[in-house]
Amino acid sequence: MSIRILLLFAALLAGTPAFAQQQPSGTPPLADELAIQALLQGNTVHGRVTIPDQRAANLIQPQGREWREFHNVTLAWVGGIAVVGMLVLLTAFYLIRGRIPIQGGRSGRTILRFDLFERTNHWMVASCFIVLALSGLNLTFGRHVLLPLIGPSAFTTVTEIGKYAHNFLAFPFTLGLLFMLLLWAKDNIPNGNDIRWLKAGGGLVGHGEPPSGRFNAGQKGIFWITVLGGALVAASGYMLIFPFFFTDIQGMQLSHMLHSIPAVLLIAVMLAHIYIGTIGMDGAVEAMTTGQVDLNWAKQHHNLWVEQELAKGRGATPPVRAKPTGGD
Amino acid sequence: MARMKFLLDSDRCIECNACVTACKNENEVPWGINRRRVVTLNDGKPGERSVSMACMHCTDAPCQAVCPVSCFYTTADAVVLHDKDLCIGCGYCFYACPFGAPQYPRIGNFGTRGKMDKCTFCAGGPQEDNSEAEFIQYGSNRLAQGKLPLCAEMCSTKALLAGDGEVIAQIYRERVVKRGYGSGAWGWRTAYRETVTI
Repeated sequence: MSIRILLLFAALLAGTPAFAQQQPSGTPPLADELAIQALLQGNTVHGRVTIPDQRAANLIQPQGREWREFHNVTLAWVGGIAVVGMLVLLTAFYLIRGRIPIQGGRSGRTILRFDLFERTNHWMVASCFIVLALSGLNLTFGRHVLLPLIGPSAFTTVTEIGKYAHNFLAFPFTLGLLFMLLLWAKDNIPNGNDIRWLKAGGGLVGHGEPPSGRFNAGQKGIFWITVLGGALVAASGYMLIFPFFFTDIQGMQLSHMLHSIPAVLLIAVMLAHIYIGTIGMDGAVEAMTTGQVDLNWAKQHHNLWVEQELAKGRGATPPVRAKPTGGD
Repeated sequence: MARMKFLLDSDRCIECNACVTACKNENEVPWGINRRRVVTLNDGKPGERSVSMACMHCTDAPCQAVCPVSCFYTTADAVVLHDKDLCIGCGYCFYACPFGAPQYPRIGNFGTRGKMDKCTFCAGGPQEDNSEAEFIQYGSNRLAQGKLPLCAEMCSTKALLAGDGEVIAQIYRERVVKRGYGSGAWGWRTAYRETVTI
């Protein structure tokens, strides 16, 4: 830092009268802001102010231009390609593969896949995520998509409500992610089955689905992307909710970058998750509605888990007053 | 129409902060909001200089480019203004602005920002010129009265110049030639992508 100040001082000296007097008739030397900025190596030009707001002591911050480029160009392209690209991919997949049926049809017997707490927590995170995603996308794309449709005044109302919703729903969203980690982390630890599952394309492409436990490799991927990606988005989001509380202007710009890029990628991944959980696969959506899935569906996609659950049932001690089989 | 600009001659600025006070008084700017401030570089060392800085009313303004609700507009005099009825207080203009011009009153929970406030080049806002509504939201509209921004008009050493870019650049050029030195028009290359050539 002291070297920079010395260099700045040298640049300023070049414009002092003592130097200029040597050539009074010629063109005077001009140590203009560019020369000084070059010496500062594109860093913020920082000084002292007599007002309490110390952010005002930054005279020029050239990084703002890079952030503008990021916000208007990089983020718009990455976000646009991720979201629209995923929708195109899923449509193509649906047209080629169609809805994945339950092998052998429904058995009529069900097995509990997610209990009430797991389901409630899932839908808390999911509903928060949908609002967070839509209000976030609106902040980047709304002025090009929604603004021309509904006009500036209505658009401001929608965006402002979106901003408040985005800020407040961040808290239940983070809490839900924490619950997810505690509930499901143990079933999402990668193992050898995942490699076989991935090699076989998970039964999504080609035929025959390799065996898997409670969660297959694809679901484990979704889980860790949600939890780790969500943690990154949440952490950077809290930096933005409390502006300049933890960091300075460069930190705020970086937080925005670390918030928005993972967020649009998460949206793309979640679109695929929503697809396979609803229209993409017969018998899947019940796992998160009633919690009871058809036994044939469970055997087809999670055979190792079904065996475990049934073994638990066989090995369980019946209540004392239960009648023995064939007792009546 | 003129192309309005600010020009700060840092060889003349004595850090008296009269421009800051004039701005606050003329526009009745609330506490905590500084549309204009004086930054001192190399404070207390040889080569110290002070620069009075506010919104520079940039060509192709970054604030305007990043605003999610497109609340900015550029007047015929090339003054960059914004509509507070449309602003949502997201703070993006502050991240993009090279000069730290946008200011926000703090309201409500967390760091919730209110409507952005910044230097209007004493040109008010989208409301009717010199109406009560315009004054409450944006402050004085001196331009509509045929006057220039008060900060520059009040400047005791005439370090801060405001007006048509061509005219103030010419005044500065004459100064530099007469006294034999000058340290350039601060922020011009960043704001207008040009500098004052002597």
